[in-house]
Amino acid sequence: MLTFIARRLLQSLLVMLAVGLIAFSMFRYVGDPVANMVGQDTTPEQRIELRQRLGLDDPFIVQFGRFVADAARGDFGISYRHRRPVSELLAERLPATLELSFVSAVMALALGIPMGVYTALRRRGLLSRAFMTVSLIGISLPTFLIGILLILVFGVQLRWLPSFGRGEVVELGWWTTGLLTRSGLSALILPAITLALFQMTLIMRLVRSEMLEVLRADFIKFARARGLPERLINFRHALKNTMVPVITITGLQLGSIIAFAIITETVFQWPGMGLLFLQAISMVDIPVMAAYLVLIAFFFVVINLVVDLLYFVVDPRLRVQSA
Amino acid sequence: MTTRIATLFSRAADSDIWYSFRHTPSAVISAIVAGVLVLAALFAPVLAPHNPFDLASLDIMNANMPPAWDAEGDPAFPLGTDDQGRDILSAVLYGSRVSLLVGFASVLLSMVLGVSLGLVSGYAGGRLDTLIMRIADVQLSFPAILIALLIDGVARGLLPRDLHTEIALYVLVFAIGISGWVQYARTVRGATLVERNKEYVQAARLIGMGPLRILRHHILPNVMGPVLVIATIHLAIAIITEATLSFLGVGVPVTTPSLGTLIRIGNSYLFSGMWWISIFPAIALVALVLSVNLLGDWLRDALNPKLR
Repeated sequence: MLTFIARRLLQSLLVMLAVGLIAFSMFRYVGDPVANMVGQDTTPEQRIELRQRLGLDDPFIVQFGRFVADAARGDFGISYRHRRPVSELLAERLPATLELSFVSAVMALALGIPMGVYTALRRRGLLSRAFMTVSLIGISLPTFLIGILLILVFGVQLRWLPSFGRGEVVELGWWTTGLLTRSGLSALILPAITLALFQMTLIMRLVRSEMLEVLRADFIKFARARGLPERLINFRHALKNTMVPVITITGLQLGSIIAFAIITETVFQWPGMGLLFLQAISMVDIPVMAAYLVLIAFFFVVINLVVDLLYFVVDPRLRVQSA
Repeated sequence: MTTRIATLFSRAADSDIWYSFRHTPSAVISAIVAGVLVLAALFAPVLAPHNPFDLASLDIMNANMPPAWDAEGDPAFPLGTDDQGRDILSAVLYGSRVSLLVGFASVLLSMVLGVSLGLVSGYAGGRLDTLIMRIADVQLSFPAILIALLIDGVARGLLPRDLHTEIALYVLVFAIGISGWVQYARTVRGATLVERNKEYVQAARLIGMGPLRILRHHILPNVMGPVLVIATIHLAIAIITEATLSFLGVGVPVTTPSLGTLIRIGNSYLFSGMWWISIFPAIALVALVLSVNLLGDWLRDALNPKLR
């Protein structure tokens, strides 16, 4: 197991380096960093001086090494547009995105898995068919459209819930949370549903197809023949065996929630990293784009690592093999 | 020539696929819906009552008119008008054109790229295979929409502003196309690994055929089944991605609005009760994507009897 983890860690490190290379190339070769940092009236001498101070004349490998070392300390330079350190900008907005993503992920899992199990067990039931139809619509509706429709119904027509912003937030050290105030919670509901719906339908369909596959296996027939109660067969035998693929895909999906938050945050004007990233794209604010890319890659790598470790928890066979 | 086409038709009429199609109501309905939408988009210049791009014909007095069945509506604008007095029906027809064009083009790009890389990867094996599959792994761990956004952002930085607006459509196709090749490559590689060792390929190699010819004439036809399924479902995803990017404001320029752009324009008027500006393009978009998705589902089941 230790060699396995070590190998995975090494792979993750390589992925991070590859992403860092892309981010660095973006920073270095898309547009001229010096021209982006100085005003119109800067003299050529000042420009050359800044160029040397930034080390832009050093060999590629030296510059890349410095970029990686800085990035590892969380230093991504200064935003062209905001004229403030990128790390500060991201840190301000990180809590909003993480809270939104976390609540959506919990929602998607808490609803998606039971719905998947139910539709697999009662294949021809009326409720199952309803779930499947709704899930198909859920996949065909783009995220931004779900958001717009929710705003139209609950924000504009019924006036039940706020449709933009984050509400009141409470500061806990450097972390700001909207989970402790009434307005913060009610502002969270619509964006969280918007973000969760697509993931929920995916998880539901996945659990359903995996369950159907496992329920056809011989050991399930054998358990039936032994006269075990249905409940035990369905949950102890079948559900447990669907968990490895479900965890894999779910892990990847949770990562993509953070990325899909870009869309949700734009629709609801949620002050998170996604909104910052989108503004950076339309303003060609390369340092922010590069830092966001590296940060998202980091999240993905961590999630993948956690997923790999979860296999050992879920599947005892793996533990025996590697022990 | 005519007899050849005739035999082709009779063969198609006898096939399992056609039988399964006729007996799947959801497939028939969605094929009709998708067909109508594609034809409507294709013949938009003939069908549309107004030309939404002809600025001279726009009259600000007609702005923000509700659909014709509303008391304040005008029968000249069946689905109402937007903030500049553009007819929504015409805008939707022309918008579907842009959406479908970008969708088909980027699917084609993904498919050509993915299938060729998959074939090479599966047939050649070795280091090349490992390299291609590692790149695929890394790309797969990022959502397609993020990759498309990044490519678009980089293109914005590299190209001067007016040039970017001019070729924005191509940049978009490139961004969506590049973000989707992995699925094709993985599937084709898997199928190629199986086909490579079959007798007919060995026979072809024995009579001295070059690897490129073997890939093109022998292996490619035999791995196209699953590729078609992926392509159908990918078309739905590509259309959604285009709409999303345009909605976010980084897609097609406003001068050639797609369905996503129209929804974006209408979004700001939603709060003042002018729902028709974004809801009608949204309905067209969902009908298109839903029918393509249903067709893809059917095709997957029809080509894969095991799944039933």
